[in-house]
Amino acid sequence: MNRRKMWIGLGLVAIVGAVVLLVAGGLRENVVYFLTPTELEAKGAEVYGAPLRLGGQVKPESVDWNAESGRLLFVITDGETELPVESSGAPPAMFSEGMGVVVEGSYREDGVFRSHNVMVKHSNEYRPPEEGEHPKEIYRSLVDDEAGR
Amino acid sequence: MTTTELPRFKRGRAPLLGLVTLIILVAGAMAGLLAVPADALQGEVQRLMYVHVPAAWLAMLAFFVVFVMSVLYLIQRDPRWDLIAVSSAEIGIVFTALTLVLGSLWGKPTWGVWWTWDPRLTTTAIMLMIYVGYLVVRSFAEDPEKRARWSAIIGIVGFVDVPIVYLSVLWWRTLHQPPSSPRSMAGEFVYVLLLNVAAFTFLYAYLMVRRYRLAVAERQLEELRLSREDRGGR
Repeated sequence: MNRRKMWIGLGLVAIVGAVVLLVAGGLRENVVYFLTPTELEAKGAEVYGAPLRLGGQVKPESVDWNAESGRLLFVITDGETELPVESSGAPPAMFSEGMGVVVEGSYREDGVFRSHNVMVKHSNEYRPPEEGEHPKEIYRSLVDDEAGR
Repeated sequence: MTTTELPRFKRGRAPLLGLVTLIILVAGAMAGLLAVPADALQGEVQRLMYVHVPAAWLAMLAFFVVFVMSVLYLIQRDPRWDLIAVSSAEIGIVFTALTLVLGSLWGKPTWGVWWTWDPRLTTTAIMLMIYVGYLVVRSFAEDPEKRARWSAIIGIVGFVDVPIVYLSVLWWRTLHQPPSSPRSMAGEFVYVLLLNVAAFTFLYAYLMVRRYRLAVAERQLEELRLSREDRGGR
């Protein structure tokens, strides 16, 4: 009897292991949180107007922020393909050139990605500031942003 | 199973463990707030790491204990394993919720959003729901043995999601960053983080001792009630 229960227990563990491998293996192929510019361009007309996310780096010297109209223009790149992004509203405080970003919106026929939400994807690197370097007090600028809106 | 098989505790150990836990927690908090500078890029908000990461660690440790105790219960049918499992599940739920809240507070100023349906956040939310479901199922089962058996099965099958939560940032594209390592993080930050992970591990042990005693007392009360009902029915 106990031996039987032990086998039931071991069987359950084996099933769980198999499910992990299968589910995870299957999902690995299928779950895509964001497309890269190269993937988006390859899809082209197929995805015009469809809501989706696009991820990459902000191309250095491509940022054009107009505080009066609240219009933000920049180029997103994956090192291979570059796509222009147009967004409205101030970006998060950590938004900067060369930074990883994920934008939500849709790809338009004119080749511009129209975004309604810009998110910053920061790295897993942490270090103290070097001498003369002052960390941005982003929680303060956040409060100011919200108050100013 | 009879109440006499449930353990009795010596008095005096738990307060000592509580005191040690409190000291390490205070030391960890002081180290995180005062001993190290804030991150060069993120500034002060980065200090949330010293509680967000340990809370996530504690939650996953707790669910691993649920898994092990569930397997043991199905093999040995000892009610103690069931009581340890439910104690650990409750603590895991509290700290999963805390991880989500702290992560959200960290996400708004850095990512720009409180929440996004990326794989790490989504699988973590699923993890929370699995273990809340575990408690809900328990509350429906009136027979203690049936309750223990059902929840043990959920404790085993539900654990599938826990390694997926951890690996999600490595398997899939996410907004959440992959785990930091001593290579990606300044040494002094690593020490402070490890101190806080140790503090939360002690906190888990302390909460487990307290919650398990309560579970035993609840179970004994239930046994009494059930035996009275039996007599009353005859």
